[in-house]
Amino acid sequence: MALTISQSIVDAILEQSRVEYPDECCGVILGPVGSDSPVRLKPMINAAHSPTFYEFDPKDLLALYREVDDKDEEIVVIYHSHTETEARPSRTDIAYAGEPGAHYVLVSTREEIAPATEFRSFRIIDGVVTEEEVSITP
Amino acid sequence: MSIEVRIPTILRPYTKDQKSVEAAGATLSAVISDLDAQYAGLAERLLENGALRRFINIYVNDEDVRFLGGLDTAIKDGDSVTILPAVAGGSK
Repeated sequence: MALTISQSIVDAILEQSRVEYPDECCGVILGPVGSDSPVRLKPMINAAHSPTFYEFDPKDLLALYREVDDKDEEIVVIYHSHTETEARPSRTDIAYAGEPGAHYVLVSTREEIAPATEFRSFRIIDGVVTEEEVSITP
Repeated sequence: MSIEVRIPTILRPYTKDQKSVEAAGATLSAVISDLDAQYAGLAERLLENGALRRFINIYVNDEDVRFLGGLDTAIKDGDSVTILPAVAGGSK
């Protein structure tokens, strides 16, 4: 298991995390059905507007699934930022992970490691978390 | 009376991997009971202590049932019901 993703998308997510600081940022990366290839970045609004929680607005969520269906795409990656803690799934993240086929990406732009950042990917299936390698392409 | 119910990936193990199933009922609550009669265990994933689970979204014809009548939302023949797990989490 691994996630292959382009540098420009990684950079855009890290930038979104900085812009929305101190709130957590979130979004998805879409790709053609069955491709497992994250090609279309779609930042989402964190309806919780919170530094410790994120949630897609239920209306945006339905629109997202409709759009994905209409375009024969799938949600390849679901990402969010942790602004003060490590980029690994919290108990909350694990409890609410509802897409067994998705790569769950967490980024951290916390100050204590700046200017370094973290960008990590996990599978979360039935409460079991497995970290996977991230391969960044130019 | 037939209602189309769209099932999210995470609940498809209950519906033999079907993306969409048929159910009957005059209210959302009745539709969920009918679903559970056909696909045992499904209601437990949608309800907690008789209420809709906080991190499950159900839409009737694209309207979030929380803004309709919740579990009492009236359902009529030809309506479409969509179930989606919330996308949520956080560092705490």
